[in-house]
Amino acid sequence: MTTLILRRLILAIPTLFIVVSLTFLLMRWAPGNPFSNERKIPPEILAELEKQYDLNGTVTSQYLRYMGKLVHGDLSISTQYRNRTVNDILAQALPVSVLLGGLAYLLALLIGIPLGAYAAVRQDQKADRLAMLAALLGLSVPSFVLAPLLVMLFGVKLHWLPVAGWGSPDQIILPVFCLAIPFAAAIARLTRGSLLDVLNLDFIRTARAKGLPEDEVLYRHALKIAILPLISYSGPALAGILTGSLVIETLFDIPGIGRFFINSVLNRDPMMSAGVVLVFSAFLLFMNLVSDVLISLLDRRVKIE
Amino acid sequence: MNASPASRRRIPAAYILAAWLAGILALALAFFYFFGGWTLSEPADLTICNGDEPQTLDPAIITGQLEGRLALALFEGLTTRNAKGDIVPGMAESWQISPDGLTYTFHLRSDAKWSNGMPLTAYDFLNSWERTLNPATASQYAYQLYYLVNGEAYGTGKLKDFSQVGVKAPDARTLIVTLTHPTAFFLELTSFQTLCPVYLPGIEKYGNNWMKPPNLVSNGPYCLKVWRLNDYILLEANPYYWRKVAFQRIKVLPTSNATTCLNLFSSGKLDLILDKNSVPASLVDKLREKPYFHANPFGGTAFVRYNVKRKPFDDLRVRKALALAIDKEDIVRKITRAGEPVAETLVPPGNKDYIPPLGPKYNPEEARKLLAEAGYPGGKGFPNVQMLYAKRSTPEQVAIELQALWQQELGITSITLRGQEWKVYLNTQSLIDFDLCLSAWVGDYNDPQTFLDMFVTDGGNNLTGWSNPTYDHLLDQSQAIPDPAQRMKLLQEMETILVDQDMPIVPLYYYVGISLYRNEKVAGFEPNFVDDHRWGVLYPPEKKP
Repeated sequence: MTTLILRRLILAIPTLFIVVSLTFLLMRWAPGNPFSNERKIPPEILAELEKQYDLNGTVTSQYLRYMGKLVHGDLSISTQYRNRTVNDILAQALPVSVLLGGLAYLLALLIGIPLGAYAAVRQDQKADRLAMLAALLGLSVPSFVLAPLLVMLFGVKLHWLPVAGWGSPDQIILPVFCLAIPFAAAIARLTRGSLLDVLNLDFIRTARAKGLPEDEVLYRHALKIAILPLISYSGPALAGILTGSLVIETLFDIPGIGRFFINSVLNRDPMMSAGVVLVFSAFLLFMNLVSDVLISLLDRRVKIE
Repeated sequence: MNASPASRRRIPAAYILAAWLAGILALALAFFYFFGGWTLSEPADLTICNGDEPQTLDPAIITGQLEGRLALALFEGLTTRNAKGDIVPGMAESWQISPDGLTYTFHLRSDAKWSNGMPLTAYDFLNSWERTLNPATASQYAYQLYYLVNGEAYGTGKLKDFSQVGVKAPDARTLIVTLTHPTAFFLELTSFQTLCPVYLPGIEKYGNNWMKPPNLVSNGPYCLKVWRLNDYILLEANPYYWRKVAFQRIKVLPTSNATTCLNLFSSGKLDLILDKNSVPASLVDKLREKPYFHANPFGGTAFVRYNVKRKPFDDLRVRKALALAIDKEDIVRKITRAGEPVAETLVPPGNKDYIPPLGPKYNPEEARKLLAEAGYPGGKGFPNVQMLYAKRSTPEQVAIELQALWQQELGITSITLRGQEWKVYLNTQSLIDFDLCLSAWVGDYNDPQTFLDMFVTDGGNNLTGWSNPTYDHLLDQSQAIPDPAQRMKLLQEMETILVDQDMPIVPLYYYVGISLYRNEKVAGFEPNFVDDHRWGVLYPPEKKP
């Protein structure tokens, strides 16, 4: 097991290398200059700027210099936020997104699993239909519609919660909720489907035949197995939710890293783009590894190779 | 395992779940408080939405308006602006201008100090200007010091000896500036952030971190207390500033989403919204009736660029025909909707000494005639042309409207739209790789020259391929004349050539700035040409100075 984990971790290095290389090179090959604005920059000033940000010379040499710094853990300076290193920006913004996403995922599990289990037990009854309709709505209403609606209701009309901002516990409720809803919906559907499969298995019939109470059957035996697909879903889902959301962060004015995924491309900021892509890829690889390991620990049938 | 099912069922699962949830929540909140940068609430007298996260606070490097607003709250030049936007003494309490208009002698305040209590001297200005001009600083606005004798030579690296540049400090309180031309707007430039002094010992000590709190030493009305990326900036009154400011603590939010801005404003969390981009465009019609809605025209113009090097726009008649066919009223009424005045000229109204020429008026009849004369009667045979615009909501709508207007009035059906993402658009525009291009320009100072000098032959911002020796000559002449009235006449002649005679561009409308604030909360915010509202002159109405 340990060697397998180690091997996966080592294999992550070339993957990350390719991802970062592609991001950096594509950013430099794309039309548009990170320094351009409405007023044309005199050529000698542009040359000096490119020199300061290590973006002078051929794209290949820029790339090699960038990778040279990256090996030492230096993600270089952002061309958009002058005088700030990408390390500095990530150090400030990443914890915000991770905590926000972590809470949101926790909430999603707390809503999704009970809802899915409830629906599975009452399969094809009214309650099931209602729960699955709610899940469908949660999945299909995009956050840029849900968030403004909730802000309108709880912030602007009722004055119960702040409309945006970051810095006090009440400001976290709406963004966490908006972020959690689509995940909660997906988890509910996943739980229901997998629980229904499990409830039809022989060992459940045996348990019932032995006179085990239904609660016991459900919570101790069925759910334990039914949770497995949820763990493989959680790997990539967590990587996505922990690295922030452009929509939620912009609408609620939250200083996380989600907005940098899009904005750094629009600003043609190659270092920032490569930096956030690196963080996301690392999260994704790591979370996938964790979920694979968990599954192999919980399910004897699965062995990670 | 040995527990009986009955005893198991008595475990109140709901309570365990609740306790677990409460524990996690408490842990998470504690974590947020310590690592998430939560400060609970940072009290401030005034909360301003500045539209986005500033790229930098270095006055020499700044190019954008939102960075400029912050920099001018932190730093102050030799001159500054009052609420009306007029030039008034800043770090210099007085100055003399020589009769030929070439030499300015500034006398600094005896109580001029940095925010750390150190005295601010003429040498600080001298050294800061050296830094701005120095090619190694890579200041995009360094050209504002090119008006100084040898300024351009030093700025482009041709001259290495700064002592030959036209700025001298004979003593700690006197700064003498020598210009190449009598530059009528020089006192406007000295109030701009590019010419503000910076605290060089701090830059030497902290390197790239010099502008982060608490390292930043400033000389303006405020000093920098907190700067959290994409979160907020906190400014506090500078105790060593020569004047008392009314608002002691200003919180600046980088909120970029217009709806969020408006929500924050409506719920009383925000006192001042400064930017048109921070107000939802679709709500402008409704907001206009509110007492907190304030619109003020300022020095910016939206216009169309022709590529005069390409067919069919090398033909003046075609350029004129398209210009005459635009119903500009229709554009401002349908699309921009904030009360923008339609533009006949490139230079916006607002300079009391400048009388703008009259441009061509909407005349579709005449336009059809001209187009027929040029060989495209009813738009027949008009070549395929592309109109470039930045893919943002207003330019996109204007482009679509123009396309429709030209089809409707002139029968031209061969204009295709080419919307590009902002940075790509800038690139395409600078390569003059377009037939038609939707552009805009905002003046840096209140003088027609900031608009008209764009279109000199091969000027970096000309970008039309147009060239007229008379125009170039008039600009040279105007710069050499010390008499302001005469100079304005020459500038007017230039603009006549630009908008009425040769027409490499078609002005569409002048910009209007929108700000939201409640009159009972904020005063001292008056419309001005450069849309320059110094935060240091704002005050709560009950504390009128």
